[in-house]
Amino acid sequence: MSDAIRVRDLVKTYPGRPAVEAVRGIALDVRVGECFGLLGPNGAGKTTTLEILEGLTDPTAGEVEVLGRTWRRDPAGIRERIGISLQETRLADKLTVRETVTLFRSFYADGLDPDAAIALVTLQEKARAHVVKLSGGQRQRLAVACALVGDPELLFLDEPTTGLDPQSRRQLWDVINDYKSRGRTVMLTTHYMDEAERLCDRVAIVDHGTVIASGTPAELILQIGGEHIIDFTLDRPGPPADALHALPTVRTVRADPPRDGVHGYSLSVAEPHRALPALLALLQSSAAQLAGLTTRTATLEDVFVTLTGHGLRDAEGTAS
Amino acid sequence: MTAKYSAITQLTLARLREFYREPAAVFWVYGFPLLLALGLGIAFRDRPVESIPIDVATDGPAGYYKAEEYAVLLRADPRLKLTLLDGAAAKERLRTGKTGLVLTPTAAAPGWEFLIDPNRPDSVLAQSAADSTLLRAANPALAAAATVESNEVGGRYIDFLLPGLIGANLMGGGLFGVGFNIVDMRVRKLLKRFLATPMSRRDFLLSLLISRLLFTVVEIAILLAAARLFFDVSVRGNWFALGGLVVLGGAAFAGIGLLVASRARTIETVSGLMNMVMLPMYVTSGVFFPADRFPDAVQPVLQALPLTALNAGLRAVINDGGSWSALGYPAVILTAWGVGCFALALRVFRWQ
Ligand SMILES: Nc1ncnc2c1ncn2[C@@H]1O[C@H](COP(=O)(O)OP(=O)(O)O)[C@@H](O)[C@H]1O
Ligand SMILES: [Mg+2]
Repeated sequence: MSDAIRVRDLVKTYPGRPAVEAVRGIALDVRVGECFGLLGPNGAGKTTTLEILEGLTDPTAGEVEVLGRTWRRDPAGIRERIGISLQETRLADKLTVRETVTLFRSFYADGLDPDAAIALVTLQEKARAHVVKLSGGQRQRLAVACALVGDPELLFLDEPTTGLDPQSRRQLWDVINDYKSRGRTVMLTTHYMDEAERLCDRVAIVDHGTVIASGTPAELILQIGGEHIIDFTLDRPGPPADALHALPTVRTVRADPPRDGVHGYSLSVAEPHRALPALLALLQSSAAQLAGLTTRTATLEDVFVTLTGHGLRDAEGTAS
Repeated sequence: MTAKYSAITQLTLARLREFYREPAAVFWVYGFPLLLALGLGIAFRDRPVESIPIDVATDGPAGYYKAEEYAVLLRADPRLKLTLLDGAAAKERLRTGKTGLVLTPTAAAPGWEFLIDPNRPDSVLAQSAADSTLLRAANPALAAAATVESNEVGGRYIDFLLPGLIGANLMGGGLFGVGFNIVDMRVRKLLKRFLATPMSRRDFLLSLLISRLLFTVVEIAILLAAARLFFDVSVRGNWFALGGLVVLGGAAFAGIGLLVASRARTIETVSGLMNMVMLPMYVTSGVFFPADRFPDAVQPVLQALPLTALNAGLRAVINDGGSWSALGYPAVILTAWGVGCFALALRVFRWQ
């Protein structure tokens, strides 16, 4: 299968004092027909990477190929074949949904009927409404309709669901899944790990301008050593990390900073039915009292925290 | 397929719709210049001289009865409005502008003396009116010359003002209409969004120009119609020449607006820049008073300004009945500004 996007050694440094190294050597391959997610906290360099792929920003160094073309040689060919939604665009308030989509349609030589694009994002009922009257979720779907109306082979979405309520997010996920099911390629960025797990075939986790891990969500979760997480809290510092590591099938150990006298721990384990009894026996022999204990399946959030040693910086990103 | 969705048409339609759906914008562009024209036209309308106030002092050396006698004589001229009062009070009224002339009856010939303020036209007028009325009363044989009244349309202040307002409107509309919209779209990241599509940049800029010219035609039509209706100002020259001038002026100022907005990142910046460009021309380019009132030394600069050239052309066509031949100088200046600014703007334009 050919690649829709190929990126090698991508570097972007914004000049200034001090210069900002937004992207520091990223490599990516996105296959035709897959949904690829760039995951990372705010400031990781996701938007910069995407805008270079979209031809809106020039890279400082590196190679970029989009749909087998380069921006230097065939910009018109790429523009005709991609659809994008920027992280923030305020479309004209006083135009209606249909007028806005028709305007975007007029830029492309070939594409969908504007009403068909509106139907793809289920905004038919709002076709005659002014943009200013739309909710946040509806506006975001309109932005996606404007991206889809040129009937693109490749869709770029920068944080498509940030700030939306759960229902609006699910509606957008449906739109993206429909598009993907027609064999088209999607590249999106998000800092919602659950969104990446639901939508993306493969993800690259980005932090401080580099890819720190990539693969399918399942592969990444396996990579941290277990699919299960045991979270527990104690009323005082518990057994040392070495002792926890020594428990059966435990792969990683994380101790959270104490908060309100409560000490939290997370263990990633491969086989909870073997790790749990051993953990309880270990705690029994220590002075610390168990305040709470839960087990759950691991998420990309755990992968991120394990790999970086820090959480996603904004609280929104932890929604699951 | 392509013809069904022409980008130029859609971009132009979008501009028109956004404009007409914004009542505040419609008022500022169409209503405000109209109110300005009406207000100025009324304030500066040319009035016939209705009454000339004259005070006659009753406590002069010749006494009260003489004052009464002069008053009777002066009333022969219906324009003169007489007040009899003592000299000190009359003098005070002259100082405060309530009267134009104080006449004091005297013992010596010719029997009266005048107190005037030589710096005030109404005072000088009152003196000569009173003088001639009294002389005529003394010599009834002097025949009055036949007088024909002329108040020809074309020579009044409103006639002068209207072309200036049209020029100023073309300037404000071109700069604000183009410049403001571009920066607004840049701030909203719409320009960037458009740039990521195959949209042709030329189409985009042309649509700004076309929508601007469409608005302009309506603006000018409204102004001309109102001037006709309220002040009887009409276009004496060739309508097509006027149309050509309006299109040329609108396009030139749209080019200047494009240049002013080509790099500005915020609305505040672009507003400041536009005022910097427009205010000097409002004052010096002959909107409210002729540009040639400024010293000769600066005339070459003033005459090279686009608004000066446009106003000169508009006055030549509207007031002086000019035709195509009157448009040589304005056409050269406006084309130079328009083409120069447009070309420069294209080079330095910041799309995101
Ligand atoms: N135009 C710019 N000039 C200077 N620095 C920038 C610019 N755009 C982004 N940055 C910086 O580059 C880094 C990466 O930003 P961005 O790509 O927007 O991250 P993300 O989309 O992952 O939140 C941030 O530190 C940001 O402040
Ligand atoms: Mg971003």
